[in-house]
Amino acid sequence: MKFSKDHEWVKLEGDVAVIGISHYAQGALGDIVFVELPVVGKILAQGKEAAVVESVKAASDVYAPISGEVIAVNEALSSDPALINSSPEDKGWFFKLKFSNKAQLDGLMDADAYKKHRGG
Amino acid sequence: MNNEGRKTTPVTAAQSAQHSGMMFEEPLIFEMDQPGRSGVDLPDVPNVPLRIGTLAPREHIGLPNLSEPEMVRHYTRLSQKNFGIDSTFYPLGSCTMKHNPRLNEKMARLPGFSDVHPLQPQSTVQGAIGVMKELSHWLLTLTGMKAITLAPAAGAHGEFCGMAAIKTALKVRGEDRKIVLVPESAHGTNPATAAALGFTVVSIPANGRGRVDRDALIAKLDNNVAAIMLTNPNTCGLFENEIIEIADAVHKAGAYFYGDGANYNALVGRVRPADLGIDAMHINLHKTFSTPHGGGGPGSGPVVFSERLAAYVPLPYVKIEQDILSLVEHADDAAQSFGRLKAFHGQMGMFVRALTYILSHGADGLYQVASDAVLNANYILASLKDVMSTPFEGPCMHEALFDDRFLKDTGVTTLDIAKALLDRGYHPMTMYFPLVVHGAFLIEPTETESKATLDGFIATLRELAIAAKDPANKELFINAPHTTPRRRLDETRAARQPILRWKE
Amino acid sequence: MRYLPLTAQDRSAMLEKIGTTSVDDLFADVPASAWLKGPIANLPNHKSEMEVERTLTALAHKNIAAGSVPFFCGAGAYRHHVPASVDQLLLRGEFLTSYTPYQPEVSQGTLQYLFEFQTQVSMLTGMPVANASMYDGSTGTVEAVMMANRVTKRDGAILSGGLHPHYRDVVKTHSELSGFTIDCLPPSIKATENLIKKITPETSCVVVQTPDVWGNVHDVTALANACHAQGALLIVVVTEVISLGLLPSPGSMGADIVVCEGQSIGNGLNFGGPYVGLFATKEEYIRQMPGRICGQTVDAEGARGFVLTLSTREQHIRREKATSNICTNSGLCALAFTMHLTLLGQEGLKKLARLNHTLAVQAVDRLAKISGVTILNKGFFNEFALELSKPAAAIVERLAAQRILAGVPASRLDAAPELRNILLVAVTETTTAEHIETLALALEKECAA
Repeated sequence: MKFSKDHEWVKLEGDVAVIGISHYAQGALGDIVFVELPVVGKILAQGKEAAVVESVKAASDVYAPISGEVIAVNEALSSDPALINSSPEDKGWFFKLKFSNKAQLDGLMDADAYKKHRGG
Repeated sequence: MNNEGRKTTPVTAAQSAQHSGMMFEEPLIFEMDQPGRSGVDLPDVPNVPLRIGTLAPREHIGLPNLSEPEMVRHYTRLSQKNFGIDSTFYPLGSCTMKHNPRLNEKMARLPGFSDVHPLQPQSTVQGAIGVMKELSHWLLTLTGMKAITLAPAAGAHGEFCGMAAIKTALKVRGEDRKIVLVPESAHGTNPATAAALGFTVVSIPANGRGRVDRDALIAKLDNNVAAIMLTNPNTCGLFENEIIEIADAVHKAGAYFYGDGANYNALVGRVRPADLGIDAMHINLHKTFSTPHGGGGPGSGPVVFSERLAAYVPLPYVKIEQDILSLVEHADDAAQSFGRLKAFHGQMGMFVRALTYILSHGADGLYQVASDAVLNANYILASLKDVMSTPFEGPCMHEALFDDRFLKDTGVTTLDIAKALLDRGYHPMTMYFPLVVHGAFLIEPTETESKATLDGFIATLRELAIAAKDPANKELFINAPHTTPRRRLDETRAARQPILRWKE
Repeated sequence: MRYLPLTAQDRSAMLEKIGTTSVDDLFADVPASAWLKGPIANLPNHKSEMEVERTLTALAHKNIAAGSVPFFCGAGAYRHHVPASVDQLLLRGEFLTSYTPYQPEVSQGTLQYLFEFQTQVSMLTGMPVANASMYDGSTGTVEAVMMANRVTKRDGAILSGGLHPHYRDVVKTHSELSGFTIDCLPPSIKATENLIKKITPETSCVVVQTPDVWGNVHDVTALANACHAQGALLIVVVTEVISLGLLPSPGSMGADIVVCEGQSIGNGLNFGGPYVGLFATKEEYIRQMPGRICGQTVDAEGARGFVLTLSTREQHIRREKATSNICTNSGLCALAFTMHLTLLGQEGLKKLARLNHTLAVQAVDRLAKISGVTILNKGFFNEFALELSKPAAAIVERLAAQRILAGVPASRLDAAPELRNILLVAVTETTTAEHIETLALALEKECAA
């Protein structure tokens, strides 16, 4: 699992990347009440807005950590956004990308580097 | 303004709440419905066939039926679950919760104002247009500006109007400038308004003194900048002391200066915005000019303009010819106006109230309003700064700002202090705004509070600030309030499974 | 000064605590060039309550109050009887002088009435959800168009020629300034326009008013179906909300968004404001809805309570990405609306609506007998259009001199030449048979002369 500086994670399943937000990010946001997911088929560019996640008092953008085409979204989040709080790095995944540039993965951080990035 | 939620831990089964002393549990009107009852007596309906075309008359609506005594008790009990300025000190920063004189209400209810139709012949409403003219005269003289519109329905609507005039002026100049500069500390309506008009918002940082960083601002000025939107005093309660240099630089770059008048109460009668280089500014009549906040409206947001924007005021506006007043309502008569913002002529009921307030105060009274508002805020600042922490040095204007450094490592938050204040009979200050100050407490006392009230509030907040530092008292804060009609409410639940209406 | 409690003694004690001697020191950041030495010149000083009352009363007396004469003005603002208890309760300080309910523990009064208001608006409009009110009907209409553009991700609204010209103009102003596309149909006095033909796959919404500004009532079911077939939304505007006690709800006819001017219930004419906009829609569009929303929840002890919710749509959180820049709703006007509607109840509203309509039918029958007067409507509610033999504005002006407020000349709303002879006449429960007869006799004279 790799992490972006904006607190998204990426997990590879063959040539498909699964993307979500980190345990740290869900903790900082507090209780998630709503997510807006991208539509399947959308082409996302690295670093561009891909989804929106809302707590009671904040709305935050989720960025695409790598470029690619959205091939699936986690519909379960629409009815139960609390999954992001209870299982951020597993059941709380956001969307899957068929990625276009594998080299972009090298620019992401591993767990240790990410831990350092968020200051501890 | 903003606040932040702390997770609540509700018990699972809803307990049925009970009356207790003077605190009444009140059902919803839908739970009080009894078919066959009515709160009105109406004359008999003439027996003639309906003439509603092919439509079938409606039978079911679902509205509950109550008698007048039940209705009166229902709303009386609901009112008792509210804090208002009438009941207690209500120092919400940025909101200017001043006393609402009752003469204003009486005047607005004179049938000559309240029972007049907006489209009656203008010859039959010379007094109503006269109120608009008189209010305009005062607001123009107080601000030193050249033109005014009374049309906007509220502050944010006024912002839209002012920025629309700027956009129109640029169009007339043949320029398509895209950028609007907005300080980080601005009210959320500023960037929202600029975006609604298709501008791109570029944020400007603050300097160490809580003012706009002048050099950073000037560095961003170029021929793509349409305007800057600046609140003065700013949302930290501080006067932007370099405002004239900023205005000059903005004008030199060919851009316009929008002044957010939300904090005009600190200046009214003492400083004229025209002398600060402002091109357009909205005035919240429900703040500075005491029209009631009414639980969130209606507001009223007249906008004053400098010479540079005067030609573009929206419809309608007042014209005077040989002592006859008229409202110009059609675009043909006003080729440069950017059009109509709202049906009819603006919030007349609020114009009457504001004018009543203004005439009551006069020029001398308004001068004293700004003076006392600023004095009260500084008194609070001076009386609390030893036990709380202040982000910026020096005196403030009409509101005192504290941050939450004094709560470091206590486990108590700004929100907890606010909720503890509720238990002590005070409405809290604005919390967590401005966003640029961590855990902000923004306290705006206004000029209509006595020294005794301020002393009581100061003593209470001192006590809470000191108590918060002792871990033994933590319970007192994190579960507050204890004595209000409801305890902390579960906002997460409300947002996750929205219940927005009653259902059978 | 009666509103300022500080005494000279208080002020010096407070300055001492602050560590300064003059209030002027506190204004030291104000640049010297903007510094006024004292109160602004050429403005009078403060006045007693008695003097102010005298000035304002004199201004009020220069106006003809609707209740003092035969009165027939409507066109988006209607004179109805508001029960006395409504205004008495509105003046309770806990309602009047409270702020937006950001501290829900001490704002349950405001929040509960907003929740009740939202439910009443849902019921009236026949829509699943409503917000806590907008500034008024016209600004609500703009917000509805922008919302439809967001929902459909299209740009292209069609505005019926039956839409109130002020509403059309407000949408037009916003379309020019905010950069979205609208197609305004010409005034459709006899309701002959064909909106369905105008709908294309690019259309985001159709905005239609019923009863329309010329008084005609519409069945919009087919229009709704045609919109939906093309993926567009139907926005139904109602400027006379009492009509919903007699006419089918917009929701039952397939509307996606309903905007009403709510002034008729609980609120006086007030020369045009403040009024209250009602805004209702379907459940799936909640998060695209503008304005404040109140929701039900529980408190820490499990008791039912109410909070403002879904506020992440709003400007104070979303800033430049907010659904709208609106900050306030129309709190007190919404309170007046909900209180009056509570008194009316289902039976009262239905009766009131029928009373309005049948009085209007009687008025139409009387006025139709006048030579030089043609009634243009087939189906109407409480307002109708007369075609006169002469320009309506001049006649209205002459009747006003006789203290008869005969209605709104269409030329006041729109300068189109075909509207010159059109007079809009509204009749409500406050209109008496004598008033109708007075108007008829006066019009007989005018149109014959």
